[in-house]
Amino acid sequence: MVTVEPQVASLPLLEVAGVNKTFPGVRALSDMHLELRAGEVLALVGENGAGKSTLMKLLSGIYTADSGLFQLAGEPLEITGPKQAMELGISIIHQEFNLVPHLTVAQNIFIGREPRRLRVLLDERRLVRDAQELIEGANLPLDPNAVVGGLTVANQQMVEIAKGLSHDPRVLIMDEPTAALSDAEVAALHELIRGFVRPDTGVIYISHRMEEIRRIADRVTVIRDGEYIDTVDVATSTTREIISMMVGRTIDGGNGPAGVRDDREVILEVTGLRTRSLLKDVSFDLRAGEILGLAGLMGAGRTETARAIVGADPVDAGTIALRGRPIRIAHPADAVRHGIGYLSEDRKRYGLLLDKDVKANIALAALRNRFTTAGFVNDRAARAEAAEYVDSLRIKTPSLDQTAKFLSGGNQQKVVIARWLVRDCDILIFDEPTRGIDVGAKEEIYQLLNELAERGKSIIMISSELPEVLRMSHRVVVMSEGRVTRILTAAEATQESIMHYATLRPDENVEDAVELGLDPVELGLEPVEGEHS
Amino acid sequence: MTAVKAPARESAGRFVAVAKGRLQQLLAFASLVVISAFFSFASPYFFTYSNFTAVLFSTVVIGTLAIGTTFVIITGGIDLSIGTGMALCAVMAGVFIVNMDLPLVVGVVATILFGGLMGLVNGINIAVLRIPPFIATLAMMLVAGGLALVLSNSAPIYFSEDPSYTKISTGNLIPGVEFPNAVVVLIVAAAIAGVLLTKTLLGRYTYSIGSNEEATALSGIDVRKWKIAIYAFAGLFIGLAGIMISARLGSAQPATGMGYELQAIAAVVIGGTSLSGGKGSIVGTVIGALIIGVLDNGLQLMSIPQEWQNVVLGCVILVAVYTDILRKKEI
Repeated sequence: MVTVEPQVASLPLLEVAGVNKTFPGVRALSDMHLELRAGEVLALVGENGAGKSTLMKLLSGIYTADSGLFQLAGEPLEITGPKQAMELGISIIHQEFNLVPHLTVAQNIFIGREPRRLRVLLDERRLVRDAQELIEGANLPLDPNAVVGGLTVANQQMVEIAKGLSHDPRVLIMDEPTAALSDAEVAALHELIRGFVRPDTGVIYISHRMEEIRRIADRVTVIRDGEYIDTVDVATSTTREIISMMVGRTIDGGNGPAGVRDDREVILEVTGLRTRSLLKDVSFDLRAGEILGLAGLMGAGRTETARAIVGADPVDAGTIALRGRPIRIAHPADAVRHGIGYLSEDRKRYGLLLDKDVKANIALAALRNRFTTAGFVNDRAARAEAAEYVDSLRIKTPSLDQTAKFLSGGNQQKVVIARWLVRDCDILIFDEPTRGIDVGAKEEIYQLLNELAERGKSIIMISSELPEVLRMSHRVVVMSEGRVTRILTAAEATQESIMHYATLRPDENVEDAVELGLDPVELGLEPVEGEHS
Repeated sequence: MTAVKAPARESAGRFVAVAKGRLQQLLAFASLVVISAFFSFASPYFFTYSNFTAVLFSTVVIGTLAIGTTFVIITGGIDLSIGTGMALCAVMAGVFIVNMDLPLVVGVVATILFGGLMGLVNGINIAVLRIPPFIATLAMMLVAGGLALVLSNSAPIYFSEDPSYTKISTGNLIPGVEFPNAVVVLIVAAAIAGVLLTKTLLGRYTYSIGSNEEATALSGIDVRKWKIAIYAFAGLFIGLAGIMISARLGSAQPATGMGYELQAIAAVVIGGTSLSGGKGSIVGTVIGALIIGVLDNGLQLMSIPQEWQNVVLGCVILVAVYTDILRKKEI
């Protein structure tokens, strides 16, 4: 598996040795090691807070190490800033995009070093030509003249990659490059990485997704609590071994849920949901105590479905019934009043009050109906309730007054969950509940979801990670291009069956049939929707 | 059942968090003390009781405007219409009390409500029509300034027949004690606003909207409704400021007002309220207004020309906001 050319095997392409970095009060890295061989893809794994991002920031020159050695192909490295790191041949693609949405793909790729004529005039033609060359060379599905803000997340990711490649790097570092990608897009990205790796280049691939690491990486370096743990060959180690190195203990795999909950009461029934932008006739139901997976590729309309249900986006047609009674939801406030809470995939943007404390974040949704008398907020009651949930959800925080932005991703997620539990919501819609959350905390979130379902809460779980969907869901709603293409039972759901229905492209005949008001299922153009009656 | 574990550690953490939150206020207060100390040495007239009340008295109008604006700025918005809005409210007070001959109390209440109405319109324009606050209130600033002139035929309205009107500002609540009513009004207004901001739903949502509007909406809070309420509430203070300035002058001056909005915003900012929303306090705003009042007064006592006072104020704003930025970096 490890295909290192003998002549370059002696010298690692990039070497990090004995690096220490301390922040006031925190030892972020101690005696850190990393060795990237030429021609390989090295995965770097560790829980959140293990020191991955600190290491990346040292390599990109954002931070300076207290002590230690960096070497590129045997030459000592002195990295003073991101720009200089790129010039030295190290390109880092950060998890969060640094793109200007109003500019085109070409303008974004060459931002800060635009080709010019007579020093001051921008040479747009050359800009586009250079971008085109780069895009074709890397075989990226991009149009250099497209405005970045209008691209899908996956294509924006590709722009970031093109930007990274444009410096002709020897070391490409990718921080969680697939967090926002569907499986098909991940496959395309992996293709690109394989194309990039030559005998004199290498890739450091940071990811939480084990199955991806197995597919793309040759070796994997595990770090924990700022310390180097080990580097192993992917081919000869099991996922469980790697995970236990990451978390320092053995993890219980946990298997799929106990099956369909046909006997339970139907809590929520969505019929014919349609939005101008994307959704076409989305229908499904949700039972008490059920975890309903919502699977599909990027752009299939999963988040849009959730936002339409809670009234965050306008709906053109469709009905939503709660326990058999139709309800009208025009605004998230209506949804919350009916006990439907939505937990966004983007916690920082749509979930948390980042600069407010834990108790304010937990109390937010219930403030009005539970903690207010005659307009006055009863802080003591809110505080006591928040404290209870910090306890019962095992939220790790120094105090209830800790600012939310200083919590880890997993604990931030729990804070948002607590918010809805305090509000006593019966229906919770989780959009990518474990995105950006490390492995140990993921397990806790899974346990929490199961506990909630046990207690009779109904959960819709949107997820791009198929293992997660398979493990958690009682049934799986699969969407493609704004439609529900199939509802699978836990028994029917496999990675293959989900991918099959997720990639089903309703062809023009189906479109026409729908436009004409005919039922494409009856015409045999689409598979039968849903197994339940 | 509801007991918090490790109460000692918990309360220590709470204290640190509260102290951190108050730091900007403490800094503002410290600079107020330093500036006052400086003027006490520079001028023998500064540190006297009569000058003390004079400073407070001159702070009333800016302070009242700044208190209302604090709410708006904590939501992440801005209100440019408070200056000319105040002039329009002063004219309305004249219309109600002098032209229409309404009883004093009715006229005062009607004027304050008129200020609330202007705020309501601002709120609707911002929350429903989704016009950015800067633009919506810029438009309101022009409309109000124009209407003030139209309604008064560009001439001052004198309250000479209602001598009790000026008592609202210059009278003394306790006879014989030199403490102007205007200052009492400011203190009461600040106290009410402070309680509303820290203890009520309105205040809590003001912070939540400023901190993260989308998250607040997704948490089931009708952000539109609350924003309208906040702007309307802030508008009441424009009405009150209109009363206070016309009572002090004994007349409604339709052409004044422009420029007050920037002074009021300066007071809010010096007091540690962030223009990007989510944090701020009434105490800070009052201190900010006092700093402006003390500078104004002290520089006058030192016979420094009026022109220089704005130069100094501008520099104070830069220093105040920059220390806030430095403080944030440290955390």
